Amino acid sequence: MSSETQKILTTDGIPLEESLKKAERKNKIIAFLLVAPLLLFIIITYVFPIGEMLFRSVDDRMVTNMLPKTFEAMKKWDGKELPQEEVFKAFYLDYKILVDEKRHGKLATQMNYTKNGFKSILKKLARKQKKFEEGNYKEQIMSVHKRWANVEYWRALKRRSPSYTYSKYLKGIDMYENEDGKIVQVPEDRRVHKILWMRTLNIALGVTILCFLMGYPIAHLLATLPMKYSNLLMICVLLPFWTSLLVRTASWMILLQQQGIVNDFFVWIGLVTDDTRPEMMYNKTGTFVAMTQILLPFMVLPLYSVMKTISPSLMRAGKSLGGTPFVAFWKVYFPLTVPGIGAGCLLVFILAIGYYITPALVGGASGSLISNHIAFHMKFTLDWSFASAMGLMLLSGVLLVYWIYNKLVGIDNIKLG
Amino acid sequence: MPNNEQFVRFDKVDKSYDGKVLVVKDLNLDIAEGEFVTMLGPSGSGKTTCLMMLAGFETPTNGEIYLDSLPISNIPPHKRGIGMVFQNYALFPHMTVYENLAFPLRVRKISKEETDKKIDKALSMVSLTGFENRMPAQLSGGQQQRVAVARALVFDPAVVLMDEPLGALDKNLRESMQYEIKHIHESIGVTVVYVTHDQGEALTMSNRIAVFNDGKVQQLSSPDKLYEEPVNSFVAEFIGENNRFSGQVTDISNDKCKVKLDNGSEILANPIAVKSSGEKTIVSLRPERALINTKEKMENNFKGKIEEVIYHGDHTRVRLNLLGNKDFILKVPNSSANMDIKLGNQINVSWNSIDARALDLK
Repeated sequence: MSSETQKILTTDGIPLEESLKKAERKNKIIAFLLVAPLLLFIIITYVFPIGEMLFRSVDDRMVTNMLPKTFEAMKKWDGKELPQEEVFKAFYLDYKILVDEKRHGKLATQMNYTKNGFKSILKKLARKQKKFEEGNYKEQIMSVHKRWANVEYWRALKRRSPSYTYSKYLKGIDMYENEDGKIVQVPEDRRVHKILWMRTLNIALGVTILCFLMGYPIAHLLATLPMKYSNLLMICVLLPFWTSLLVRTASWMILLQQQGIVNDFFVWIGLVTDDTRPEMMYNKTGTFVAMTQILLPFMVLPLYSVMKTISPSLMRAGKSLGGTPFVAFWKVYFPLTVPGIGAGCLLVFILAIGYYITPALVGGASGSLISNHIAFHMKFTLDWSFASAMGLMLLSGVLLVYWIYNKLVGIDNIKLG
Repeated sequence: MPNNEQFVRFDKVDKSYDGKVLVVKDLNLDIAEGEFVTMLGPSGSGKTTCLMMLAGFETPTNGEIYLDSLPISNIPPHKRGIGMVFQNYALFPHMTVYENLAFPLRVRKISKEETDKKIDKALSMVSLTGFENRMPAQLSGGQQQRVAVARALVFDPAVVLMDEPLGALDKNLRESMQYEIKHIHESIGVTVVYVTHDQGEALTMSNRIAVFNDGKVQQLSSPDKLYEEPVNSFVAEFIGENNRFSGQVTDISNDKCKVKLDNGSEILANPIAVKSSGEKTIVSLRPERALINTKEKMENNFKGKIEEVIYHGDHTRVRLNLLGNKDFILKVPNSSANMDIKLGNQINVSWNSIDARALDLK
């Protein structure tokens, strides 16, 4: 045998390796062209809009672009005392343009997010500035409203000078950058987001646990019953799946309201009296009950698909080897269902943490979740950048859960069927 | 060793799943201590049901099963102390070989050292030493099979049940595993109840074979007796090859009877299941018991026409048209190759009456 490996040539004399590569390259290009439309579609309809939306959470160029001269002049200002005349002048000139172009309303809205009370003084300034005379703008502006002489408002303005900001994220966890540039918590009575986050986490975890406790036996039954019964049971599990989410939530409203069927039943069996009917809707209870029912199939289906693959002879083997039914279940059956439990719990948790319709309809004030808050900012305050910041925080929370799960159980162990 | 003849005892056991059809009918079966008994039968004959009743996964509808003279119908499976090897091995896929074997020992709260010792012994018995840390999925089918056998034996059960354990293996592996299991049985003397539908397997391994059909034991005897002396036409048909003649008994004495065949000829046969003349019967004859062109003097001598010749190496199979039976099979040993076996030839076929067993009609 020769020690030197001879290059294999094709009949044309080209090395085989090269001509193979050539042929493969052609295939690769064709494969790429085949998926290219889909890739384009995903980029245009998915990556781009979502990226755009998420970018809003840090994008603060609107204010920066509105007041370019002001921020330029403010660079030298140390922020301790009221700024110099040149800042006032620059601000007047910037603002005049905005008023002339009728864009000053946006600035007022934006500045009001930063500091309450900004809107009214900006509007007043817009009316008064028409009569301003040249020179000494500091005096003239401060005479419009006494808050213009308050250094805090100017500091607030300066805080908006960078093009990018993380202040929305701070707001999302009830923190803000104070006048000294330190990150501190908002006063205790205004920490609404913390409560919302905790409640969302609580409800998502609670719903996941409830779904698991209820879904596991159902999935086991589904996997072990003879065909004709398991089919029927499967339909019972899937039927809610095929019903509109609104219809299901509305039916829970009918069931759970104070004069509803469940309460009537409680009164009838004497659990409660007619005038102490418990409130089960427009609070956490309603959210728990309705969400558990709605998300149950997402737990049952992955569990079922895993349990279906577990041979019944394994349990028998466990018993014949001397394990009590409990030991056989705990040591043999249960560990084999862990991939399904992981998939089901992850699915339910992720769905629950961002759930919107059900808490919006049956949650009331104490049962509304972070997603309702995001919708509120999207629809009513129109603070889209804050909504997008919260959305991104929610997304990172989900990714964190996913990461932890991967560390603990391993994502390869997930089975969805 | 105290040899308890009724170590496992089925006493008038009936089993029905739906309350309409009995899948096991009035089963009486004694298995001695240390014996290797095979339940053999076609699928649906009730053999697996019997095994499951013994293991405790099914309860008898009627009757009682005794293990070492203790009734066990009300004892749950995990307290019976019966090892079992399943058809698909049923190894725990999430445990290593070691953990699989340790499972029955741990639930019995056996100390760590004792556990290690027993597992070592069991693994060396199936020659899998060194495989402790493998997962079942990393083993070949034959190795998984051995682990399953080791696991069923590791906690020293009094009885080991095997439910078609070799069904999923290829032919060569199946044969070597047969010998291996047989040798393990011989060396540790455990009582084995084995279920299979493969007669070769049953004949190779067992001390005694219980042939099941239609929920009943048709015959319980040693492999050679089963083959040589089937008591009814089902057993004769099911075990080995068999030539059949149907006819009517015309004359019967102590150990011989005359049977008039459907084509009018009369043969001499051995009356096994027939009592009086006039009875319809099926006469069964093993292919190797009929000789061609023999010089020995035999009671039945007929001429047949060769319809087919198939060369098998060590022997040649010849299909004859004999006495109206077109599927009469003969096995001619290779040493007699010089004989006149050619398609279409007429040859003389002879056999003794004792080998032609007149059985029931089925």
